Amino acid sequence: MATTTTAPPAPTAQTRARRRGGWLSAPGRGRDRLLAVATPLILLAIWEALARSGAIDVRFFPPPSSILEQMARLMSNGELWPHLFASLRRLFIGFWVGLVPALVIGVVMGLSRPVRAALGPLISGTYPIPKSALLPLILLIFGLGETSKVVMVAIGVFYPVVLNTVAGVAQIAPMYYDVSKNFGASRWQVFKTVAVPGAMPSIMTGIELGAGLGLILIAIAEMVGAKSGLGYMIWNAWQLYSVETMYVGLLVIAIIGYVMSLLLAEVSRLLMPWRADR
Amino acid sequence: MTGHATEAPTPGPVTVTGATTAAADAAADNVKVRIRGLTKEFDVKGRSVTALQELDLDIPRGQFFMIVGPSGCGKTTLLRIMAHLDSPTRGEVEVRHSAEGRPENSMIFQGDSIFPWMTVWENASYGLRMRGVDKAEVRDTVGHYLDKTGLTDFKDCYPHQLSGGMRQRVSISRAFANDPDILLMDEPFSALDEQNKTLLQDELLRIWDETRKTVVFITHSVDEAVTLGDRIMVMTAHPGTAKAFVDVPFERPRDVLDLRHRPEYGEIVYEIWQQLRDEVSRSQQRDRAATTSSRRRFGR
Ligand SMILES: Nc1ncnc2c1ncn2[C@@H]1O[C@H](COP(=O)(O)OP(=O)(O)OP(=O)(O)O)[C@@H](O)[C@H]1O
Ligand SMILES: [Mg+2]
Repeated sequence: MATTTTAPPAPTAQTRARRRGGWLSAPGRGRDRLLAVATPLILLAIWEALARSGAIDVRFFPPPSSILEQMARLMSNGELWPHLFASLRRLFIGFWVGLVPALVIGVVMGLSRPVRAALGPLISGTYPIPKSALLPLILLIFGLGETSKVVMVAIGVFYPVVLNTVAGVAQIAPMYYDVSKNFGASRWQVFKTVAVPGAMPSIMTGIELGAGLGLILIAIAEMVGAKSGLGYMIWNAWQLYSVETMYVGLLVIAIIGYVMSLLLAEVSRLLMPWRADR
Repeated sequence: MTGHATEAPTPGPVTVTGATTAAADAAADNVKVRIRGLTKEFDVKGRSVTALQELDLDIPRGQFFMIVGPSGCGKTTLLRIMAHLDSPTRGEVEVRHSAEGRPENSMIFQGDSIFPWMTVWENASYGLRMRGVDKAEVRDTVGHYLDKTGLTDFKDCYPHQLSGGMRQRVSISRAFANDPDILLMDEPFSALDEQNKTLLQDELLRIWDETRKTVVFITHSVDEAVTLGDRIMVMTAHPGTAKAFVDVPFERPRDVLDLRHRPEYGEIVYEIWQQLRDEVSRSQQRDRAATTSSRRRFGR
């Protein structure tokens, strides 16, 4: 080659790590990702080894390999899918049923002092009630059908979203309201152009919390008075003493939660392009 | 403590008049902003703080009116009251709105005031969009002012991607594009470097020559006041009221750089400094007294 100057070789992760003085002190995304994957894998390997060597009771802690086997079986014989779809459907409907009123009420409360005075105590007063404790009442009111499940999810989504929305609207600098007033924005335009976008970071935090709570509540709701859903699958497995199936249920719920958080992070990025890229 | 201003008119081009003579102008028909006995008190922790005291003021239609005064004397408060964002505690404030289909006033706020969640374009077009102005007209008007403020290449950027001075220029475009009857400008150029400031001052003068809007412009720069204004109100230190009015005799259109060579320019600047000096030192003394008394109170 005729080049007179050559760029130094790009440092590999290892050389970079060595330069900074050792593997553990090397900061970097690659290492973070590695650790994130390695930790659960190592724990699973330890679990597998302990289960096979008989150090832990396989009746309670079946080896991960047999859980995965059971999962593959439930997927191929089609038993898993109806439960999964039933839960997803309830989650989806309940999510919107809880979200929409929470957003509207939250923003209106944030903007209007009288509404905040009227509804604030009601909401913060009922918020500490464990939502799972409401299940019997919800079953009584809405019966054993789909409605009660959807309502449970909706309640789970509603509280975090409404509370975070009120807080989000309240922290918007008063100057932005002055600006919108000075430039002739109507109430609806203030709502759309100041209150909602200004509170959006906080609203998204509320939605993430709410979605997580909704997932918890749907599992609980399906354990009582349901004939489908992941919660029912887990409960039924307990009664049949099929421990592997119980673990499969837990694993699937964990995966749903994980996918949901990825999805919401992506939605956040789309809804808030103005935030500095983090 | 101010009720009557005692400054005698100085010879030459500088006319300094006491606050009381403002009342004489009130008779004129073409008064745009008329303020009588304006007092504004704020409630701070149960204590009442007087920000403005017994202020009288007339601003004729189409005047470029400047306000200078020491920090904390109530300039922003006065502007906010003119914009109907605050209400007076006592006194009358009358803003005559004539132009049909045009907003009464638009304000350039002190400090960062553009929406972080809107692009430069969305910010600059805010007023027009809220009024539901025709899309093509929005495009022309906003495009024009973004061009004038050198922001065309950044129209799709969000505020966090801009410098402080650029954000201030967005705020300026937003107010100009809204084409109001009265422009209320609260230290609009203070975040800009000298070149940009001179450029935008020139541009502002050019736009003003075209439109002859009524402008109320707050500044802490005496140079800026003399360069831009028809009339300058010097305010007293806290609590604020009119200390003196100074008329600026320069013809229009003006050239910012050329103006500064004139002998009269220096005279007027000097005169305003004279007026301001007592007030600034008075406000400093007050601050010092406040610190010592609070020190004493806290036993330090
Ligand atoms: N919302 C408020 N609540 C309480 N006090 C206020 C409020 N706004 C202004 N003040 C007080 O009124 C006085 C005048 O404030 P203002 O902002 O009008 O000053 P200013 O002349 O614009 O000062 P600067 O040149 O520093 O911007 C100050 O003493 C300030 O503390
Ligand atoms: Mg101010």
